[in-house]
Amino acid sequence: MLMFLSRRLGIMALTALCLTFVVFFLTNLEPNLEKLARSEGSVRMSDDQVTSWLEANGHARPLIMRYGEWLGVLPGWTRDVDGSVTGRCIRGGLTAETAPTRCGVLQGNWGQSSVFKRPVGEIMGRSLAATGWLMLWVMIVMVPSALLLGVLAGMREGTRTDRALSTVAIATTATPEYVSGVILIVVFASATAGISPVLAEWGWISGRTLFQGTATSAMDKITFWNFGLPVLTIALYGMGYIARMTRASMTEVMTAQYIRTARLKGVKFRDVVIRHALRNALIAPFTVIMLQFPWLLNGVVIVETLFNYKGFGWTLVQGAGNNDIDLLLSCSVVAVIVVLVTQLISDIGYAFLNPRIRIS
Amino acid sequence: MTEWDKTKPILEIENLSISFFTRLREIPAVMDFSCTVMPGEAMGLVGESGCGKSTVALGVMRDLGKNGRITGGSIRFKGRDLTTMSEEDLRHLRGSEIAMIYQEPMASLNPAMTIGAQLAEVPMIHESMSKDAAWKLARDIVADVRLPDPDRILRAYPHQLSGGQQQRIVIAMALMSKPALLILDEPTTALDVTVEAGIVDLVKELGEKYGTSMLFISHNLGLVLEVCDRLCVMYSGEAVETGNVAEVFDKMRHPYTQALFRSIPLPGADKNSRPLVAIPGNFPLPHERPPGCNFGPRCDYFEAGRCDATEIRMAEVPGDRHGSRCLKFAEIDWDAPLKAVKKVEKTPVGEVVLEMDALRKYYEVGSGKFFGGGEAKVVKANETLSFSAREGETLAIVGESGCGKSTFAKVLMGLETATSGKIVMYNQDIQDTPIEKRSTDTVSSVQMVFQNPFDTLNPSMTVGRQIIRALEIFGEGNSDEERRARMLELLDLVKLPREFGDRMPRQLSGGQKQRVGIARAFAGGAKIVVADEPVSALDVSVQAAVTDLLMEIQRKNRTTLLFISHDLSIVRYLSDRVMVMYLGHVVELGTTDQVFSPPYHPYTEALLSAVPIADTRVTKKRIVLEGDIPSAMNPPPGCPFQTRCRWKSEVPGGLCDREVPPVRHLATGHQIKCHLPDEVLTKMEPVITIAAE
Repeated sequence: MLMFLSRRLGIMALTALCLTFVVFFLTNLEPNLEKLARSEGSVRMSDDQVTSWLEANGHARPLIMRYGEWLGVLPGWTRDVDGSVTGRCIRGGLTAETAPTRCGVLQGNWGQSSVFKRPVGEIMGRSLAATGWLMLWVMIVMVPSALLLGVLAGMREGTRTDRALSTVAIATTATPEYVSGVILIVVFASATAGISPVLAEWGWISGRTLFQGTATSAMDKITFWNFGLPVLTIALYGMGYIARMTRASMTEVMTAQYIRTARLKGVKFRDVVIRHALRNALIAPFTVIMLQFPWLLNGVVIVETLFNYKGFGWTLVQGAGNNDIDLLLSCSVVAVIVVLVTQLISDIGYAFLNPRIRIS
Repeated sequence: MTEWDKTKPILEIENLSISFFTRLREIPAVMDFSCTVMPGEAMGLVGESGCGKSTVALGVMRDLGKNGRITGGSIRFKGRDLTTMSEEDLRHLRGSEIAMIYQEPMASLNPAMTIGAQLAEVPMIHESMSKDAAWKLARDIVADVRLPDPDRILRAYPHQLSGGQQQRIVIAMALMSKPALLILDEPTTALDVTVEAGIVDLVKELGEKYGTSMLFISHNLGLVLEVCDRLCVMYSGEAVETGNVAEVFDKMRHPYTQALFRSIPLPGADKNSRPLVAIPGNFPLPHERPPGCNFGPRCDYFEAGRCDATEIRMAEVPGDRHGSRCLKFAEIDWDAPLKAVKKVEKTPVGEVVLEMDALRKYYEVGSGKFFGGGEAKVVKANETLSFSAREGETLAIVGESGCGKSTFAKVLMGLETATSGKIVMYNQDIQDTPIEKRSTDTVSSVQMVFQNPFDTLNPSMTVGRQIIRALEIFGEGNSDEERRARMLELLDLVKLPREFGDRMPRQLSGGQKQRVGIARAFAGGAKIVVADEPVSALDVSVQAAVTDLLMEIQRKNRTTLLFISHDLSIVRYLSDRVMVMYLGHVVELGTTDQVFSPPYHPYTEALLSAVPIADTRVTKKRIVLEGDIPSAMNPPPGCPFQTRCRWKSEVPGGLCDREVPPVRHLATGHQIKCHLPDEVLTKMEPVITIAAE
């Protein structure tokens, strides 16, 4: 097991290194840097001025060197102009003598965000915490309901229940978040349209709407009212997909011979499903559920922007829209780590569910 | 559980009809089936695939799926009619009073539950037993089915056990609540013969111990003879003959039963002097059954206007509850000798065409080579194989799964290359040449007939096209017309109508597909044909015809046939020489007579004893091998067979534990790999004796 883990972690580190290099290369392309120079310096800089600004800020050196510096394995650049030393690591009250030689991601220095004018580490910490809550609630809503839907549909293939539930699953997963989000806002979060006016008239809800159309207040305090819609929007989309997977694997398991064995042992149908079929049926969807995590990052970008919730997705959009290279880089590192960690969890969990892999 | 009056039948099936309903039509699977099982009795259900025997079993369990329905008749278990019983009542019966044992043990155990949990569940459901008591009972029963180390087994998952052990677990599961009736659906078909013998012994012993009645479903007449008291022969959805085993075997009163016995290789049958008689024609499809007698079109005694006029009912035959579904059973002379079958001359054997010298094939299985982790293990699939085969000879290669017989075939065909040693074919070394690099000539002269004809034909290409394709690859014929003509000739050779050239494989029956496989193998004028269990996937009545065909082509073309099989009856029938393999070693090699009579290698002896023979005159010495075949990844030191050998104590000085026995020549052409001293070998008694008539 230790061997397995260490090997997997090694592969993960290698993958992360390759992927960050690709992102670093793309974000540090010539036009991007030029744009950076103009936005940091002055919009009306001449081309010569841009070149000298890039040189002065350490952007004019070979890509691989800059990547090494960003990573923190190479010493940061220093530049001595008329006795005043500037450099990558000489900032925030540090002088040439007191500044460390290396300051990169490995030293915990994620750089400075050009949009928010704050350290990237701080911004990422805040937005990841916000997104973490969103993800947590999405999972709490999505996974159990998807599994329930899938199992109910799959345990008696071809029946009316199966067809009805399958239709629901297909419909939700065929509707992208930017469509379902808008529809949900109109139906639940509008004081003039949808069901909220009706409910308010009946006195069933105290406020004017059932849900709030923006989730900004959820940054401070999560309530059913302000958080319901963003969670529902993401969860609905993922739910259909997982439910379809669960159904397929459930129908397959229900025709297996060991299910017949259980039935002919005299096991009740309910116990056949719960004790004999469920665990076997969950093996396949488990990987799918774990793969949903990285997918959720996708949905998060749209939903957080739609509901103005300042989490990871919103930050990513801000970074990308404003050419914030350091912010984008750290976003991509986070994404890579999320993908790889969920894969690792999925492999370990798979082995746990499937005794044939666990004990070999 | 209430005690049941021992004089009343446990199970009474009367005029049972079961149909499956598809969108197109109703397909009757079982019609007018009746049988009675008394307490403690073992009833055999025999028939070819598709005859409805498993449907009867599932009908008794009332588990026919969504499409199946009982359309008539009654099934009374201890006097209660199962056909009208409610689901809830049935559930209490299943597993507690009627239990079932299945064909494929691996598939019928839940892969994600421990053995203990699966066993303990039964009494917990039916007797509301506490968990601890149920596990204790499970432990006792596991010990009862003679599995070593029950505590470890209970905590294991199904995939950690071998096939034989899994089947013992399924049996244990069936016995957990001491059922009154046990249904066994081909319980040993998926197992090796020596393992099968152990399971059969166990089933018989437990049946006696617990007084359980049994419904034993099998296509193997020999097995039925060993296990059952009574049997019921089924054909195309109907019971055609029923009675006690001795009467049906010796005084059969239905033409189908007779034809069945004539088509299986019993001791005394011989490919030259007493060939098998195949049943002509094919099994009718359920919706194309003929009017009147279903067996009519294939029957030698068929009388038009009488046999196909009316429905035929089961009729009493004098004897012990003996019945036959034949109008003419009283008129037919059942003792008449077989009509003169054409005898053929023994083919003279020619030059040596194939020679293997100390052939070795090792596989390396290592995990995680990428990071250097994990130790590479070596599977010794073939260990110093040496033999030669002559032109026109049939050499049988016998052994259980994992003995290396298929690996040997792969190396010969060039699908794998040898680790060391030599294969000389027509004075050419081919051991290191993979098939891609072999010349067309070499490839076309060594061909293979595969085990499963259902998977080896391309489902989207016509039969003729597939044969022509083979001809193209072998470079036969100069034009498409020539090749087409040759293809038609090949169809003639394998006795298929020429129209079959334009048919798709799905339109053919199993036996016909295998004929196409044979035609394809002989397309390039093969000199050496490796037949890997060519008939084991086919029904008994078809087996004889396909075997005959192979023999005939061999005689005509003077082909060398390497016949790989685990079925010793058929090997005895058709081979000139036999090679017995165990864990990659050739343990015995000799002419058929030499191998089938003492002195034997201890493994050959056990193998012979394990094969069920459908002949009441035969008495066999019971030798049941303990344990399983060791893994080829971790073979025992010394003699490969020492872990299961019953003669081991006769060898002084623990030689078997230390050294691989040398090859010893006992007589001309007879060699064995054994440490047993000569005087012990000469004292060996024959395993099979046939009582004089």
